[in-house]
Formats: sequence, C-alpha cells, structure tokens
Amino acid sequence: MKIAVCVKQVPDSWAEKTMANGLLDRAGVDAVLNDLDEYAVEEALRIVEAHGGNGEGGAHSITVISMGPDRATDAVRKALSMGADSAVIVTDPALAGSDALATSKVLASVIATRGFDLVICGTESTDARMSVVPAMLAQRLGWASLTFAGATEVNPEQSTVMITRDTEVGREKISAKLPAVVSVIEKINEPRYPSFKGIMAAKKKSMEILDLVSTGISSESVGSSGAWSIVEDAQLRPPRGAGIKVVDEGDAGNQLVGFLAERKLI
Amino acid sequence: MSDVFVLAQFTDGIATNTTIELATYGARIGSVTAVILAATGEGAGLAAQLTSGPIARVTVVESADFARYGVSATSDALGQLVTQHRPSALLISSSAFGKEVAGCVAVITDSGIITDAVDVSADSVATQIIFGGSTTVHSRIIHGCSIITLRPNSVTADMTSSKPDINFVELIIADTAKKAETLSVEPPVKGGRPDLTQANVIISGGRGTSGDFSGVEALADLLGAAVGASRAATDAGWYPHSLQVGQTGKTVSPQLYIACGISGAIQHRAGMQTSKTIVVINKDPEAPIFEIADFGVVGDLFNVLPQACEAVRARRS
Ligand SMILES: Cc1cc2nc3c(=O)[nH]c(=O)nc-3n(C[C@H](O)[C@H](O)[C@H](O)COP(=O)(O)OP(=O)(O)OC[C@H]3O[C@@H](n4cnc5c(N)ncnc54)[C@H](O)[C@@H]3O)c2cc1C
Ligand SMILES: Nc1ncnc2c1ncn2[C@@H]1O[C@H](COP(=O)(O)O)[C@@H](O)[C@H]1O
Repeated sequence: MKIAVCVKQVPDSWAEKTMANGLLDRAGVDAVLNDLDEYAVEEALRIVEAHGGNGEGGAHSITVISMGPDRATDAVRKALSMGADSAVIVTDPALAGSDALATSKVLASVIATRGFDLVICGTESTDARMSVVPAMLAQRLGWASLTFAGATEVNPEQSTVMITRDTEVGREKISAKLPAVVSVIEKINEPRYPSFKGIMAAKKKSMEILDLVSTGISSESVGSSGAWSIVEDAQLRPPRGAGIKVVDEGDAGNQLVGFLAERKLI
Repeated sequence: MSDVFVLAQFTDGIATNTTIELATYGARIGSVTAVILAATGEGAGLAAQLTSGPIARVTVVESADFARYGVSATSDALGQLVTQHRPSALLISSSAFGKEVAGCVAVITDSGIITDAVDVSADSVATQIIFGGSTTVHSRIIHGCSIITLRPNSVTADMTSSKPDINFVELIIADTAKKAETLSVEPPVKGGRPDLTQANVIISGGRGTSGDFSGVEALADLLGAAVGASRAATDAGWYPHSLQVGQTGKTVSPQLYIACGISGAIQHRAGMQTSKTIVVINKDPEAPIFEIADFGVVGDLFNVLPQACEAVRARRS
C-alpha cells in the first residue's frame, strides 16, 4: 500500500501572528509541523505497522507531501524522523498567497501523478483553520472522502477503509473502497516522539523538491494572483480591556453574580 | 436583484435558527432561496417549517443519497444548483459539515470560499476574526459564486413571517459522489441543554472540576446555558467529545462564557476567545485564562459555583 500524508508547516501556535499586505506574516515567527498533521503521520505509521510495516522489508510506504516555503523542510524532516519513508515538497515563489483551492490543486496533482492508495491529512491547519483542504483534495481526485476520523480501520487485502467520523452530527461509521482521502482528529492516537535513531535515519531519506513548472500547474492559477478571494483590510482588534479580578474571600460567588446582573447577563 | 442561496439546516427534522440567520444575511445581498436537501418524502414537511425569516423561495431536492453519502452527495446537488442558477452567493453554516460542503462546491463551481465569517455586508464583504481573536479581516470573493460559511449565533435573526414559493427539483447525484458510504449514525448525547454552538450562555468545566461537573451543570441549568468542556475533561471521559470547546472542538462565541477550572491553553482559547463576556473561576492566579477574562475569580470552583447558584436564586425570588 502506498500512503501519502499531507503535512503543513505553520507558525508556532503560541507565537503572536500579524498580517503583512493581506497575508499572514510568516517571516517573524518560528515554524513548526502543524499539530494535527503529527496525528496524521502517526496514523499512517500505525496502519502500516499493523500490516507488516514500511521501510526496508515492509510491503508499504509512506510519503510525506507538503506545499510551502523553503523552510517547509523542517516540518517534513520531523515527519520523516517519526518514520515516514520519503518526502515531496512543492515550493515556488509563485505559490505565496495561495488559497485552499490552489493548495488542493497542487497537492492533488502531486498525488495523482504518483498513484497512492490512501491519503491522510490532519483535519485542520492551525493557521488557516479552514478544515477544507482534505475534502477539496478528495473532490479533485474523484476519490472517497472520509474526514474527521476518530478511528480508522484499513484492510489492504480487500482495499477498503472504514472510519468513525466525530463531528457535531454525532459519531458516524463511514466506509469506502480505496483510493481514499482520510483526515484525522486529535483523539485518534498519541503521536510518537522521533527517536534518536529516527532522527539520524531521516537525514538520509529522500526529499524531492518540486517547483511549480514540474507539477504542470500554471502560475496564474495559484498564489495571490490565482486566489479567488481577496483581503480588503485587516485590523488588529483592541485588546480586551483589563478585566476585574477578585480573590475569593468567601464572597466571590456573590460578586460574580453581581457582575452578571450589572452587565444584564442574568 | 441578485439571487442568494442558503443551505437550510434541520436538527432531528426541526428547522434550526441558523437557517433564519443565514437568510438574514442573505437578504442584505439579494433575494433568498433556501435550499432543502431532504430524504425522500420528507421535503414538504421540512419546507412547511420555513415560515419566518426573509426567505423568498424554497427549493427542495429529495434523495436517499443525502443521508447515505453525506458531504459528497450534498455538495454534488448544491454544485448542480449553483451551476444552473448562478446565484451571486451561497451561504452555509460554519460547521464541520458546512465547511466541507462549501469547500467541495467551491471546487465543483470554481468559486472562491471564505469560512468562519461572523458577518457579511450587502456587497458580499465577509468579516472574519482570526489569530485567536486578535485580528479582524474583511475579504471578498472575486470569482464565481461567493461561497461563505457563517458562524451560528453571530447575527440577530430577522423573524418576519414569510410565505415562500416552494418548488421541487429533481436531480441525479453523480456516481463520483457516492464513494464513501455512511453505515450508521450515533447522535450526540444531548441531555436537554441548548446546543453548544447556538447557546447564548455557556458554562465550561476543565480538569479543575476533577470530573465533578455538578456545580457547572447546576449553574448552567439556572441560566438556561449549555455546558462545554476543555480537552482535559473530554480526554478523561468526564464529558463527551462533542461538547469540547477549542481548536479541535467547537468554536463558540456566546454572549457569556464562564470557564471553570480551565487554564486557558491556546487551543482552548482558540475556540472561545470571541465570546462577548468572559468570566473565569480558577484557583491559580497565574492561569493564562485570566488574560482574557472580563471578570475573574481566583478561587475554588467548589466554593464559588454553589454560592453563585444561591445568589442567582436569591435574586430571582
Ligand atoms: C492538537 C491539539 C489540539 C487541542 N485542542 C484542544 C481543544 O479543542 N480544546 C481544549 O480545551 N484543549 C485542546 N487542547 C489541549 C490544551 O492544550 C490543554 O491541554 C487543555 O485545554 C487543558 O485543559 P484544562 O484547562 O481543563 O486543564 P489544565 O491545563 O490542567 O488546567 C486546569 C486548571 O484548573 C485549575 N483548577 C484546579 N482545581 C481547581 C478548583 N478546585 N477550582 C478552580 N480551579 C481549579 C488549575 O489552576 C488549572 O488552571 C489541544 C491540544 C493539542 C496538542
Ligand atoms: N500547504 C499544505 N501542504 C500540505 N498539506 C496541507 C497544506 N495545507 C493544508 N494541508 C493539509 O490539509 C489539512 C487541513 O488544512 P486546512 O484546510 O488548511 O485547515 C492539514 O492538516 C494538512 O494535512
């Protein structure tokens, strides 16, 4: 089985984020592997480990795919040191400012030309927070879409996948034939820490860097020029004014309700 | 006047307020058509419920495929309707389901998409609050249909009564939209409290409750509030995952959010920071949640909550 895991490099979620020219200013903040994508890598590893493993001697392989700036190699390295086999990174100045439509177009073209059985994504990137790229990928590839998975069951012999989908609707069981796109929620597993051995091994793993031309996608359809939405303005919101803080000396419950009454909230 | 489609939403066969909120936004832009995607034989009953809100027309599509093939079948039908009728905007509620449908319709119709908006103007400019509540962004779609998902509970619904024209449309769902099949659905446990994303008031409990939510629930029931939980509380199994607030749970922005025994990790704040008023009860004066509190109590929730409940009762009697 060939599995692809889509990972995104994002600004550290604790870092202060600002906008520059209508885009997230990525220059000033530390970049890390998107939290949720670690769960996606882990799930891919667990699936192959349950069926004979990957790497040398294993019948399966895990390829990490990322679109982003040069620095995206750091996030990809982490996924490789967890145990993925190889990586493909699409990076090109023309991609800056891409929206989810363009991102899914680029990722889909890489996936389609390499032939995978299963694509695993996180459910959400901590910067864009759209939760749409996995569904868009499935739509573009014409594959089954099984998203918000809290558990997966893959059967490589029968070429099937089943998930439990955990959303506001409740818990659904969804099944499909491969190939399919699966996105995972953070309840699904506990991602492993890369071992020293894993980190050393990752240094020798293949990392293929593609520019836009080699994906066959025109530069007009991606990046800021190809984005179907434009930011008109972005403003910092006034910080929440320093609130009232009381230390309970036996009366704070009453004070709390007094505050609510004053604000007409009860 | 331009046409606007809104995707009508029903919970257990009952129209939700969200549909009227979407119509309220939609009417600013143009004439509103509510689209109902129903199980076979159920369309008329659902359509009959849409008697308030600025809805000019109702378009009903019936198919067993919607329940069976979820997001894909819904997107396929909406994609066909948008391609045929070319509305200037398509408004959908921002939920896991709504955002994915919006994304797929955007791909099908080659249209722009904006998610998690909290407002939209007459010229289709959407407002989003991003980066954990620190930044307001206005943006606009410049190609195709303006596909925008809007957070529930961010506008006062226009409840004027309406008598929309109802028309039934037959569509065939494409085979490519039938690749992932829903085998079963286990609805979330409710317990009589308001729905988290629609509630005006939410009381949430975290690890500080040690699993005892009785104080949180008592205050919630007095205030007619929904109960939420931090991930620490849902991971421990004290509360169901469906009630988790935060980055990987629900994003909420009620009038009042009371966080009890929650430290305020960035992932929790991401889901509640835009609440209008935030009240905090926490033993640790250094807990980061105090940074965003309008009213913070440094104290033990097991003392503060019962006293607060007493005080609410006293005020009412
Ligand atoms: C990928 C990822 C996604 C995540 N998504 C979410 C999410 O969606 N939602 C979410 O909430 N978290 C999420 N988290 C987890 C988040 O990082 C925190 O671990 C979590 O929010 C902590 O929950 P807590 O505040 O209840 O627990 P803690 O951080 O342990 O805080 C408990 C607080 O209770 C206080 N306390 C203890 N006893 C009392 C008492 N008797 N009275 C008053 N106060 C008391 C303590 O002082 C402390 O501040 C996510 C993490 C990751 C990595
Ligand atoms: N630039 C990217 N490169 C690779 N994967 C991505 C990229 N953007 C999004 N994804 C994948 O799509 C998921 C959802 O992202 P989003 O729709 O942006 O919230 C992420 O968790 C990733 O798995």
